[in-house]
Amino acid sequence: MSVAQESIRDAGPPKVSPIRDPKVRAIAYQALLCLIVAFLVYAAARNAIVNLERAHIASGFGFWDVTAGFDISQTLIEYSAQASTYGTAFWVGLLNTLLVSVIGIVLATILGFLVGVARLSRNLLVVRIAAGYVEVIRNLPLLLQLLFWYNAVLKALPDLRSSYDIGGSIFLNNRGLFFPSPIFHSGGKLLVGALIVALVGSIAFRIWAHKRQERTGQQAPVLWVTLALFIGLPLLVLLSGELSVAFSYPEKGRFNIRGGVEVLPEFVALLLGLVAYTAAFISEVVRAGILAVSKGQTEAANALGLRQGPTLRLVVIPQAMRVIIPPLTSQYLNLTKNSSLAVAVGYPDLVQVFTGTVLNQTGQAVEVVAITMAVYLTISLVTSFAMNVFNSRMAIVER
Amino acid sequence: MSEPTPTTEAEVRTELASMDPEHGVAYVRDVPVESLPPPAGETGALAWLRRNFFATPLDSALSIGVILLILWVVPPIIKFTLIDAVWTGTDREACLVTAARPEVGACWAFVDERLAYFVYGSYPIPERWRVDVFFAMLAIGVFWLLRLSAPRRDLGAFYFFVILPVASYILLKGFPAIGLPTVDTSLWGGILVTIVVATVGIVCSLPIGILLALGRRSRMPAVKLFSVIYIEFVRGVPLITVLFMASVMLPLFVPEAWSPDKLLRALVGIAMFASAYMAEVVRAGLQAIPKGQYEGAMAVGLGYWQMMRLIILPQALKITVPNIVNTYIGLFKDTTLVFIVGIFDLLKTIEAARIDPKWATPVTSTTGYVFAAIFYIIFCYGMSRYAKNIEARLARADRR
Repeated sequence: MSVAQESIRDAGPPKVSPIRDPKVRAIAYQALLCLIVAFLVYAAARNAIVNLERAHIASGFGFWDVTAGFDISQTLIEYSAQASTYGTAFWVGLLNTLLVSVIGIVLATILGFLVGVARLSRNLLVVRIAAGYVEVIRNLPLLLQLLFWYNAVLKALPDLRSSYDIGGSIFLNNRGLFFPSPIFHSGGKLLVGALIVALVGSIAFRIWAHKRQERTGQQAPVLWVTLALFIGLPLLVLLSGELSVAFSYPEKGRFNIRGGVEVLPEFVALLLGLVAYTAAFISEVVRAGILAVSKGQTEAANALGLRQGPTLRLVVIPQAMRVIIPPLTSQYLNLTKNSSLAVAVGYPDLVQVFTGTVLNQTGQAVEVVAITMAVYLTISLVTSFAMNVFNSRMAIVER
Repeated sequence: MSEPTPTTEAEVRTELASMDPEHGVAYVRDVPVESLPPPAGETGALAWLRRNFFATPLDSALSIGVILLILWVVPPIIKFTLIDAVWTGTDREACLVTAARPEVGACWAFVDERLAYFVYGSYPIPERWRVDVFFAMLAIGVFWLLRLSAPRRDLGAFYFFVILPVASYILLKGFPAIGLPTVDTSLWGGILVTIVVATVGIVCSLPIGILLALGRRSRMPAVKLFSVIYIEFVRGVPLITVLFMASVMLPLFVPEAWSPDKLLRALVGIAMFASAYMAEVVRAGLQAIPKGQYEGAMAVGLGYWQMMRLIILPQALKITVPNIVNTYIGLFKDTTLVFIVGIFDLLKTIEAARIDPKWATPVTSTTGYVFAAIFYIIFCYGMSRYAKNIEARLARADRR
């Protein structure tokens, strides 16, 4: 046996001093990091306890059941300053946030798709004006836009006495937009029921039509059936004579307007700002998505004899959606998070009601901010989770 | 067929002439047909108009609609900002509707008079040269870094990320020992604060963001976990709540003696927020670097930090520059939110000035907002142009 062979057999793993061993080092680094984080958390908690005691601020979530004692200008659920608790105020704020977010998302999607498609139009004028809109809106801070809509446009509307009067029943002034609201004396439930039946029926018909088309190639008039259901069923309810509706008309008094539905100018300003701002971003997402579909797809569709409309609807858009949907979702989340700017115009959303008024009244900064953050975090995480599921279903199945 | 095929017209004619009319081709046109003139409707200004604006009935309708829209929107804007505008005056009287002037446009006299306030806030007047010096130093740093052909850009980076922050702090906050009296941050305001907040966000977010991005891609589970929690947490909540947290919770978390001043709290909030977004941008860049680069770096025996500093980050950051600039645009717009926690940035000074009774008129608010809009558009549009430029350069480099 030669010397060389012997030395090979004996070598084994190289001897490294533990200080230079990457594994040991990794554990040491992580232990150090954990220690630092733990120390920071501990120090922060201790300081917080000391500081809170000195300021005589209670801690814990006991404030949840304490009477709120302040008014909120827009409430979707029953709320009154004297009888409701901070907990109820929280739900009022959360619902207001969700209300403006949902309406904003719907409108921003429509406007964003229109502008995005307009930027790809053949018509130079349309392209230019859409591009100009996107450039201007995206380069201005949202807060500035909100303040502009609220202070420069809506607050500049005429006051109550000289408010715009449309047909004697719709009023527009610097206190908001007022229009009549229906009051159902009877048959209201029947109407709601008819609409639900129409909705379920049209979805079921759509699914059936789709399946039949896949099986036999025959198309069914989905649009007409849907329209018939949505118009016909409520009409039947109306004809049956069960329905009696009265309208509550807004009436202009000396100092305020009573009755009807009131849309706050704060709500309108926030909605306008959010929709205009987010639509500009959505239009870019849509444009990029459509451009990502290769031109060969359009040409192949044309070669098969599809016209412009069906080409877009059946070939381009479904493929573009795959690219569009992930960034679109993050725009939806941005809109929801940006709705917290409501605080600047005084719309009673979660941040304005809870992190604003409730925090000021209770002084319990830690709990209030933590709850608010938890709400937004939950919305974000649930949405991203749903997105991941959706994405894995939409992804191209590759061999 | 060994004979060469005739190519010129003359050759064709001789060939034709040599053919026997009885057996060969009876007739071949020997003069080429004149090409028709292009259809009248397909060239010239009219055709261009038709192709681009009136190709189909729908297009025509759209064009007319857009023209009407432009006619409806643009003239009033020009009328308001220029034609009817009031350029001189000392107080609100100048911008009120009078019998002699039934229509009043933008009240530029108001902006003119409050301009110093919009730029410096309440910074003491004899000390305002310090702010000017700060702006100049910042401008030098920005140009040094942004001009790709500038000499010694590594020194520029050192200047921007190390010297500038320290020097600006001493200059703006004051250092009595060298004859610069202290100026409390509550007096700072206007464009000064907007620029300070944006600069702090820009300077802090890049290094912290890089560290977080590396942490998120680290193989050490604890490091990865903390990075992921931090990034996802901050990105999941609105900036306002981060600012609220910084302004109401931060003072609770530190001993009372250290309680940070209001501006510093907002700066901490902005830096925290921007870092998380920057981390995701950098991570995308890191992911785009092929694995071979990592393996190559390790194969030549580089350690982790050497590998990152010399091989990976230079490539990753280069391709992310456009996205980094876009994040900075977002950050620049987001600085307006410090207004909500009571910091006097540009927007807040405008809000304060527009309700000042001395200037309160129906047009003051709009004038103030138009002024702010021009400021933000100049900065954001400039940055986005720069990002586009870099993107085009990178695309050129890729094509080679």
